[in-house]
Amino acid sequence: MALYEHVFIARQDISSQQVEGLIDMMQAVLEENGGKITKIEYWGLKSLAYRVKKNRKGHYSLLNIDASHAAVAELERRISLNDDIIRSMTLRVDAHEADDSVQMRNKNRDERRGSRREDGGDRRRDDRPPREERPREDKPSEGEAS
Amino acid sequence: MSQGRRPFGRRKKSCPFSGPNAPVIDYKDTRLLQRYVSERGKIVPRRITAVSSKKQRELARAIKRSRFLSLMPYTVDQ
Repeated sequence: MALYEHVFIARQDISSQQVEGLIDMMQAVLEENGGKITKIEYWGLKSLAYRVKKNRKGHYSLLNIDASHAAVAELERRISLNDDIIRSMTLRVDAHEADDSVQMRNKNRDERRGSRREDGGDRRRDDRPPREERPREDKPSEGEAS
Repeated sequence: MSQGRRPFGRRKKSCPFSGPNAPVIDYKDTRLLQRYVSERGKIVPRRITAVSSKKQRELARAIKRSRFLSLMPYTVDQ
């Protein structure tokens, strides 16, 4: 069946568990009408570029949908009825992205970079004490040698 | 008249999206799209970024989609 990419933004004052609840509701709607979700991505609570319905931040998530048009139309109807979702966009695509989308990669990279910084300090490989600068006796330093 | 004065930027700039390993234009990739948007948030015209017309149309569509999803701003005010 046709492949769709669906991104929706949920308003900021619901928890991420509730966002998963929304996704389960969408999954149920699609399954009823003979479609299925092939991939679910949760990009987290991101700050919006401009205020959408008085919200400054939003829970973003992406769904890769493989369904007929009727199922997607029903999904969109249910979404418009739900007031937790402040914006959504469904796109018909030729192929789904197999691996993580760019947003997901950025999110993972930021998390990794954060965790590395904390434990970076104590792993010193060389156990020699730090050398302090001292004048060289055996050879005049390059400065004076004319 | 005099051949000496050479106006700037005469060499043929190639489209950054037509090479063999060109980046894919995707409305989710804001880092790539940000390069083709002015600091006020407007789409930069083709004659400056030397993008081919087909890719410029794709680029504009992707930028407008990411603006709708508020991944990118419509305008950036000073």
